[in-house]
Amino acid sequence: MAWRDSRKSRSRLFLFIASIVLGIASLVAMYSFNANLKRDIDDQAAGLIGADLELESRRKPSEAALAFVDSLIGLSEDHAREERFVSMARFPKANGSRLVQVRALSGAFPFYGTLETVPVEGALHFGQEQSVLVDKTLMLQFGAEVQDTLQLGVSDFSISGSLINSPGQTAFSGAMAPTVYVPLRYLEGTGLQQVGSRIEYRYYFKFPQGFRVDDLVKQLDDRLEELQLQSATIASTKESAGRSFSDVADFMGLVGFIALLLGCIGVSSAVHIYVREKLVTVAILRCLGTSARQAFFIFLVQIAGIGLAGGILGALLGTMIQYFLPLVMQDFLPVALSSQVSWPAIVQGVGLGMVISILFALVPLVAVRHISPLNTLRVNEETAPSWKDPLRWWIYSLIVVFVVVFARWQLRDWMQTFFFMLGIAFTFALLYGVAKGFVYLIRRHFPSKWPYLWRQGLANLYRPHNQTLVLLVSIGLGTAFIATLFFVQDMLLERVSMASSNNQANMVLFDIQTGQKDSVKHLTLDAGLPVMQEVPIVTMQIAAINGHTMADIRSDSTSELSQRAFRGEIRATYRDSLFESEKITDGKWIGEVMQGDTGQVSLEKRYAERIGVQVGDRLLLNVQGVTVPAIVSSFREVDWNRFQTNFRLVFAKGTIDQAPQFHVLMTRINSESESAAFQQLIVSRFPNISVLDLNMILEVLDSLLEKIGFVIQFIGGFSILTGLVVLIASVMISKYQRIRENVLLRTLGASRRQILVITLCEYLFLGVLASFTGIMLAVLGSSLLAVFVFETSFIPPMGGVLLLVLSVSALTVFIGVINSLSILRQSPLEVLRKE
Amino acid sequence: MAASILQLQQVSKNYTLRGVTIPVLRDISFEIETGATAAIVGPSGSGKTTLLGLCAGLDQCSDGTVLLNEIALNGLSEDELAQVRNAHVGFIFQNFQLLPTLTALENVMVPMELHGVRDASGMAIELLEKVGLASRAAHYPSQLSGGEQQRVSLARAFANKPKILFADEPTGNLDAETGQLVEELLFQLNREAGTTLVLVTHDLDLAAKTQRIIHIKGGRIH
Repeated sequence: MAWRDSRKSRSRLFLFIASIVLGIASLVAMYSFNANLKRDIDDQAAGLIGADLELESRRKPSEAALAFVDSLIGLSEDHAREERFVSMARFPKANGSRLVQVRALSGAFPFYGTLETVPVEGALHFGQEQSVLVDKTLMLQFGAEVQDTLQLGVSDFSISGSLINSPGQTAFSGAMAPTVYVPLRYLEGTGLQQVGSRIEYRYYFKFPQGFRVDDLVKQLDDRLEELQLQSATIASTKESAGRSFSDVADFMGLVGFIALLLGCIGVSSAVHIYVREKLVTVAILRCLGTSARQAFFIFLVQIAGIGLAGGILGALLGTMIQYFLPLVMQDFLPVALSSQVSWPAIVQGVGLGMVISILFALVPLVAVRHISPLNTLRVNEETAPSWKDPLRWWIYSLIVVFVVVFARWQLRDWMQTFFFMLGIAFTFALLYGVAKGFVYLIRRHFPSKWPYLWRQGLANLYRPHNQTLVLLVSIGLGTAFIATLFFVQDMLLERVSMASSNNQANMVLFDIQTGQKDSVKHLTLDAGLPVMQEVPIVTMQIAAINGHTMADIRSDSTSELSQRAFRGEIRATYRDSLFESEKITDGKWIGEVMQGDTGQVSLEKRYAERIGVQVGDRLLLNVQGVTVPAIVSSFREVDWNRFQTNFRLVFAKGTIDQAPQFHVLMTRINSESESAAFQQLIVSRFPNISVLDLNMILEVLDSLLEKIGFVIQFIGGFSILTGLVVLIASVMISKYQRIRENVLLRTLGASRRQILVITLCEYLFLGVLASFTGIMLAVLGSSLLAVFVFETSFIPPMGGVLLLVLSVSALTVFIGVINSLSILRQSPLEVLRKE
Repeated sequence: MAASILQLQQVSKNYTLRGVTIPVLRDISFEIETGATAAIVGPSGSGKTTLLGLCAGLDQCSDGTVLLNEIALNGLSEDELAQVRNAHVGFIFQNFQLLPTLTALENVMVPMELHGVRDASGMAIELLEKVGLASRAAHYPSQLSGGEQQRVSLARAFANKPKILFADEPTGNLDAETGQLVEELLFQLNREAGTTLVLVTHDLDLAAKTQRIIHIKGGRIH
């Protein structure tokens, strides 16, 4: 019976299911992508790290650390050493220079994977002569060719190859500072290893086959921590890479899930209309002796069948889409991504399609049980109030449980699930509230003085069988999605570009040695550029807090101090006054101490909270071998958003002035050519000094955000497309109702223009209201993100807002009107005869 | 003698189905005088409703001429036909054909609003009073009985003060008692407004109440 009854409505039933196809497709694509990525990371993990074990130290390793490394060399089959830091590279032929990441290597690294170069000989003969491998984008930027010269520090190198790929490299990993591989033995000659040079020391080991490197690392854990060496193995790299990308895939899965939820609302609304149209059919069946239960199952079978078809179609589409994902994502991935059909993903997709379409269709479908056989005699659309039906409440509960369980499965964390559900509930409730509120307001304050056609269009939004709620939710949610993406992108760029405005500094020169300080300053002033800030930097480590060392804290589980305080190198400064970007929140600012007095230091508030230090605590600092005591005099709040030097620790003048130090100078350049010329001047005179140009950062960030934005838009596109499909399906379903209405209007003398204006008004009101609500949601979401995530202020770009409202409204009107055009072609008599 | 409001001259209507031409009406000619009442009667499938559709400008004839209030309907565009219908024609259907999403009052207001009439609401209320349904003005069609729906339909038909009223089986869907009431209302309103009435019916008693009966069989007038 279900099959026979569906014969005349199959195309319409398919429209219902079109709403969930995209949601299923996005989920299947994401699951397949995730499965493929996991497999690829597993297969290529060795090539990601390039060795069995990597040890890293962010400061010059101590004697003890070097002895430890030597002991591991004894166990290994092969080993390599690397010193990594950023510096300026100069291309004499192009007369250009740029900040690069120098990777100075000794040994046969990588042991797994390869350095891919053009020509191949570049990598093969690397290390044998004074030559370098240069990132291909850098080569392109300066028009460099193999055999050209590259200047690093005071040394000239011949370029032996253009670097295409190296272990763990992504298209974006070198965006800010492209990589240059240098033989370690030639590094000393460059003169780049000076005071303040921030060098990472890495040691790579290859162990014999069958060697249990992870067990070794586990055994040596305490020793590694003591020596401040960080370790990575193939297994840990696999885990961390897998984790970070699985987070990305989970996020995408959630976006797909939102698209699916949106589609489900479409299904629910469509089935509601379908059931209403089947009123007489059900009543006839009831007259012929069909029980309410049987009638209900006839339609349930239809929906399940169509849900299954939707699931299969979605899974097919998703499987096809996953073949395009590597094209979109490859720039961000450290492994070569393969695409294979993932059967578990397909089964999940098909199952989900069926379950979710049945679940959401059940809400309107239960009404079938209440259709009275009396409807055969006289159609009465009013049934018992739906909230009185206990089954309906069970279904609502099932839907909530399903959504919670699905979100929990996706997020693997109850707290995140809670916030996700809260966000979803708030968004849906707000859109629902706006739709209901709007309908209430237009009914209560109907503009009866408006021209008839406008009134008719507006009134269609609250009249029986209206689609206001479902369209407002789907269009509103889609708009909120696009607008949030747009706002966040804008916010991030605005934040950086603001730093370059208002005559603030936009170029920073770092690694200036004390002996170079005055010369660099004069050179800057002679070039007609202002010296906006000159800051000394002293590197140090915390040795003790109130007399407690790291070993004491490790053995005392009750201590509120964090072990993190002792790890890593701190870059501090000294001065007698606060910057504009700083504000004292606790204690008292002390700008200067007399000779012989105990030093005073001000800590950045959040850093102090993180390490558990209080105002008045006594710190003992290891300043490059010399211990310096200091009292914490105050906490400062720092505005990190400004393009200027900011420090966690600022000492009073007179505390560390005599310590070995280097300097940073900040200036403002006004054009790209001025920047290039000044960088040339600096690099040619002081090759060890690095230059960071804010405009370059802005450019890189812009292109990075554009690519990330594209990926998010690609994923978010599923939600937006689903919103559109729901919109199209809703309009097409309501068209069946509208045909009769509009033909009657035509019979009563309405012209084509009049009907078009009514339709246009209806969808214009809907589009404007939905897009405006969506944008308000996006403004709210972006403001929260601005305050809690980006810590910046957010002013929505009015031009963009207006453009979005106009585009979404225009699209809604377009779809509404296009779908209604066929109605106008119908002859009144033909339709009336069908009655 | 009063002028003709409706003139049909050698009107034919054919439908084409899968390449086969099926003649529905052949060589129909008659005239209806202004203010007169007429009934088109005939067995099912004889072409009555098709003829009514042609007369009312709901469809175009294949051959011949239809003149409504001296306007030749042949060759007019759908919009021009809509204008003619709105200005000169009122309709009553067997299935009432009320807009389900509009209240009774709004249904009656539609032809006036399309015509740009001011105070459509006041005039619609008056019409609903005439058919005895002023108290049900805010109800939707689904909340009204069949008889009430047809009375709303009657009020709507007279809303634009049409020159000619076409009624297709106006009592066909009603019980005898309600049908009688609707009939009386129809003729009463028609008399008061001086409108020409053309109705299609199976009911020979109803047809007998009109001044002229046009018998149609097999697509021809007999």
